Amino acid sequence: MSLIIKNLHAETDGTEILKGLDLEIPRGEVHAIMGPNGSGKSTLAKVIAGHEDYTVTEGSVTMDGVDLSGLEVDERARAGLFLAFQYPAEVPGVSMANFLRAARQARLPEGEEIDAVAYYKELYEKMDLLGIDRKFTSRSVNEGFSGGEKKRNEVLQMMMLEPVYCVMDETDSGLDIDALKVVAEGVNAMRSPERGFLVITHYQRLLNYIEPDHVHVLAGGRIVRSGGKELAHELEAKGYDFLKEGELAPA
Amino acid sequence: MSDAATLDAGTREAIDIDRSRGDFSYPESHKFDAGHGLSAATVDYICDVKEDPEWIREFRHKALATFEKKPMPTHWASKDLENIDFDRIRYYLSDGVRPTRSWDEVPDDVKETFERLGIPEQERAYLAGVEAQYDSEAAYSNVKEELEKDGVIFVNSTEGLHEHEEIFRPWFGKVIPTGDNKFSALNSAVFSGGSFIYVPKGVKVRHPLQAYFRINSENFGQFERTLIICDEGSEMTYMEGCTAPKFETTTLHSAVVELVAMKDAKLQYITVQNWSSNVFNLVTKRGIAHENAEVKWIDCNIGSRLTMKYPGVIMKGRKARGEVISIALANSGQHQDTGAKMIHAADETTSNVVSKSISVGEGRSTYRGQVHIPKHLKGCRNNTECDALLINADSRTDTYPAITVRGNQHATQHEASVSQVSEEMLFYLQQRGLNEGEAMSLAVNGFVNDLVREFPMEYSVELKRLIELEMEGSVG
Repeated sequence: MSLIIKNLHAETDGTEILKGLDLEIPRGEVHAIMGPNGSGKSTLAKVIAGHEDYTVTEGSVTMDGVDLSGLEVDERARAGLFLAFQYPAEVPGVSMANFLRAARQARLPEGEEIDAVAYYKELYEKMDLLGIDRKFTSRSVNEGFSGGEKKRNEVLQMMMLEPVYCVMDETDSGLDIDALKVVAEGVNAMRSPERGFLVITHYQRLLNYIEPDHVHVLAGGRIVRSGGKELAHELEAKGYDFLKEGELAPA
Repeated sequence: MSDAATLDAGTREAIDIDRSRGDFSYPESHKFDAGHGLSAATVDYICDVKEDPEWIREFRHKALATFEKKPMPTHWASKDLENIDFDRIRYYLSDGVRPTRSWDEVPDDVKETFERLGIPEQERAYLAGVEAQYDSEAAYSNVKEELEKDGVIFVNSTEGLHEHEEIFRPWFGKVIPTGDNKFSALNSAVFSGGSFIYVPKGVKVRHPLQAYFRINSENFGQFERTLIICDEGSEMTYMEGCTAPKFETTTLHSAVVELVAMKDAKLQYITVQNWSSNVFNLVTKRGIAHENAEVKWIDCNIGSRLTMKYPGVIMKGRKARGEVISIALANSGQHQDTGAKMIHAADETTSNVVSKSISVGEGRSTYRGQVHIPKHLKGCRNNTECDALLINADSRTDTYPAITVRGNQHATQHEASVSQVSEEMLFYLQQRGLNEGEAMSLAVNGFVNDLVREFPMEYSVELKRLIELEMEGSVG
């Protein structure tokens, strides 16, 4: 039971961004992907989620054996894939509570209705855990949220929708240290043998709080190095300059 | 709704399924039918059936002459108006002119129609009075006893002019003169049905009064006439809903609604228009607000083939207030041409216009606004906001604001925006598990949400549901 990415090639507007990427994330593990700007980190997240601006030209992404290429964005989501966005969209006029409720409702069989009381109880518990003021339930999704509030909100949604595979795209960017700790706590609370994580980050800092099982370096659209969590420390110390020096070997 | 439990399962199911669309009809059985086409004889037929007093007969004939003289306003309005065939339309259809006060006495077909639309149920749940019009005449009309004791009059226009001439006549045709436009003239010639309401001084009607307009017959024209007078210091909310089955041929609905708010009165008029997509909906609505009075139009247009409607307020007394809040949804084959008219005619008057339109598929929405503040006044204020949302590449929206402000002692503000549901927003919503239709529907509901909240709760729920239905099948 894994999220398996095989020889993935993807392009947008005629430019190839992912150039043969291989990665396997078994349930129960946390994999971190690090890499310099422009290496294809965010593209990878969007391609896994099925964004229509990107075309997969070769290779595959499968989730627990299901080839995702035949599934729409929302079908992938309902099958258990969650993407925590680097830049979450604003949805004016739609309250957080209604939005999450609609998302939960979409996962129920036809004719079945959400138990509103249980839903709110759970929502409030998780908001408390993430230190999100309860007033946010009636605020429009992401509208006027600070960077940190948006990221917490992403984690709140992730907790409420209970995905099998979580892809987190630079969730740490724009967070101060306190917010980072809260977000990490939320993620850690979700870690389970039934759930896999792909944590995309530019900095090692996040990984002090969310301890990865594996760390991969993405450069030029491919994984160029893989290792344990110590690799993150090495990158922190040396930076990404080693990539230029040609000392890398394909993973 | 609490009374739903008293309905049997079959009725409930029928209400659930058909309430929003209203696309069903019963065989016609009209005792009175003015036949096709419009002439002096048609007008006389209507006068005879309704036993109109002589002054009304005269009023109607004059109006017919005005209607015939006036050209179609196609120099500024849609050419689609030329497709109305006035000779094919039937101008009066009814089973009799007297509405009953009890649903039990309403003929079965008609009763069933309104049950399927949920009207008796809503009446029990939260309305102070209901009038249900079927083609040309009201089949049912009732107002809660305590309101009657307070002196509130809520009857149809025929009863209004017969029984309450002393209040009816001074205002009838005064807010909207016959010759205001071609369709106000047409209505004046053949009007039937609609409400006459009088709220006495100081009476505050807590629950809304509602009228429901139903067209059941093909090639029919419905011309209801409503006159509402709120006397000094009184308050009232009126709601109207409307539906028709979808016929092959076009149907015409052309109402005239006149509102009068005396000193310190507050009058709110709410419309949820969901005509089927073959109806020409050409309506003239205007209110007069006297000193410190408030007239507020809340207008939602979801249905019809072509709607042309620009609710207006003439602020005649010092510190009078006028407001138009409107939502329009135009799907393929529909043109919602709506807006507002704010005529400032006294010092320190305030008007507010907030309009939101959504164009889906090849649907077209147009905003036309007129704000008039003359030079000799001081301290007038107007705020106008109109926002349009386009769903598809073929959708269309136009805005024609005309703001005439003379003198320099006033404040006006105008904002307009056109937006699209962005791909990034859709991707975000879909990534949370909503399919494209659900995502679009949520985004659209969000766009109008602040205005939907202005509707009474029972209506806002219905409205959201209607918008969801309209969005279905519009994407993908």
